[in-house]
Amino acid sequence: MNKYLLYPGCSMESSAKAYMESMNTILEPLDLHFEEIDDWNCCGATEYLGINLIPAYSLIARNLALATKQMHPANGTGGTRTVVAPCSACYLNLAKADHYMNERPSLGEKVNEALAAGGLHYEAGTLDVRHLIDILVYDVGLEKIREAVVHPLTGLKVVPYMGCMLPRPDYQHRWSDHEHPTELDDLLRALGADVIDYPLTTECCGGHMTQIGPETAFELIRRLVADADERGAQMMVTVCPMCQMNVDAYQNEMNNYFGTDYHIPILFFTQLMGLAFGKEPGELGIGVELVSSRNVLAGIGVEVPVTQEPAAPRKKDEGLPMPRRWTKHEGRKEAVK
Amino acid sequence: MPHMTDERVRAGLTHEEDLSLLHEVSMKTAGVSRLEMCIQCGTCGGSCPAAKDMDHTPRMLFAMLRAGMREEVLRSNTQWICVSCYHCVVRCPQEVHIADVMYTLKGMAIKEKLYEDSTAPDFSQTFVDMVETYGRSFEMGLASRHYLKHFPLRLPGMMPMGLGMITKGRMALMPKKIKQMDQLKKILDHAKQLEMTS
Ligand code: SF4
Ligand code: SF4
Repeated sequence: MNKYLLYPGCSMESSAKAYMESMNTILEPLDLHFEEIDDWNCCGATEYLGINLIPAYSLIARNLALATKQMHPANGTGGTRTVVAPCSACYLNLAKADHYMNERPSLGEKVNEALAAGGLHYEAGTLDVRHLIDILVYDVGLEKIREAVVHPLTGLKVVPYMGCMLPRPDYQHRWSDHEHPTELDDLLRALGADVIDYPLTTECCGGHMTQIGPETAFELIRRLVADADERGAQMMVTVCPMCQMNVDAYQNEMNNYFGTDYHIPILFFTQLMGLAFGKEPGELGIGVELVSSRNVLAGIGVEVPVTQEPAAPRKKDEGLPMPRRWTKHEGRKEAVK
Repeated sequence: MPHMTDERVRAGLTHEEDLSLLHEVSMKTAGVSRLEMCIQCGTCGGSCPAAKDMDHTPRMLFAMLRAGMREEVLRSNTQWICVSCYHCVVRCPQEVHIADVMYTLKGMAIKEKLYEDSTAPDFSQTFVDMVETYGRSFEMGLASRHYLKHFPLRLPGMMPMGLGMITKGRMALMPKKIKQMDQLKKILDHAKQLEMTS
């Protein structure tokens, strides 16, 4: 059995829980075992890095330090040094912290001075940080994945959307190419899907710009979706929670903004793997995407149940808990139209 | 033939060449930024998917740093429009850590309060506050508070999406807190001290 330490990242618990569910479903058939890093914290996304350098890298490095504490055979990890990050942004932050602590020892020293205040330490270079798809394609291998397929996705026309942060800047030289990596194409072909060539595969989905400058993000989302549509794709397939969120949840806003009418569902590659391995859509978090994949999947004989999960009950009249600092912020000059 | 100095003065060059801003930004950037190695080839701007919304292309911004134009650089929207896609980074022939330089410029602009529009800095700060309070990010609180403050007119239009995310169980209504929050706090407090003294 292959054992790894898992860094799930915040979105896997909420907006991308379909990714988490489907990932967990395919581990067993592929003989993989993931041990979650205990008490991991947020990687800081792209936001923390823009505030303060040493706190940002200390925040990321706490996770690496916790992982090294956990990597002993006695913990059921088999002594693995490999951390798996399914989210591209988390993957990049963890890999980058390790890389820069090494490249600039003075940064490493300061980060470790900060970690020491919490009784932790991280030696740059101790861990191997890798993305989920890297593990699947290069450790498990396409042969084994092909063997696990019981329902080939024949006739499903998909574009592989790798996103930008995964193959770039590629400190560890993991990918076949920075701009047109083929790992996702190969994996989807192994599942029997009809993979359409997608030159925009590593173009950006807009990242956090949906929150702060939606026009910039909408244009990037439009390009992605329009090109997929033009090429006759029925679906986009992603490896990143942020990409899924932006293309899925904001597709409708984007349509409203441009007066277009695209409906291209975007699923996680693990969801398609699960389907090909004969798992039920319900086990794979299929149905919680906002641009429904129901009609497209019906075309290959998969019936998606109607999910109407009720919202979690909320204590009446209780405001959402917020950090104190919010109220101190200065107002903005003008509202964006 | 006019004196050299007069020409320089007429051209607006009243100072000796001063690379201190360039070095400052370089030193504040993670890793070895290589910013000093920029040869102004323009590959970064040409590769940038967001360049059309930027005040200055990355190349232009780096030339401005070299020219010591502190305020103009920190007031530029470029670093805020950068989506961190690293397209420029893998193409730059000089291997400049462009995306990381953008983070440095954001940090400097916040500290010196030199930004034209507070939407992005506020978002970053709210995110950081969340993480410093809970140890994890909390998408629901983050998005709703942010939209309420900066795009109140857009909120009605966002309702279908927000409700969709909630009914599909994709938005936690309460944040999750890590167990050892006190440990994380100690680490971050110490890191902030180091940041100030370094
Ligand atoms: S691509 Fe690199 S060398 Fe060329 S202008 Fe941009 S930062 Fe400078
Ligand atoms: S990292 Fe930023 S500056 Fe570079 S190409 Fe992407 S958006 Fe443009």
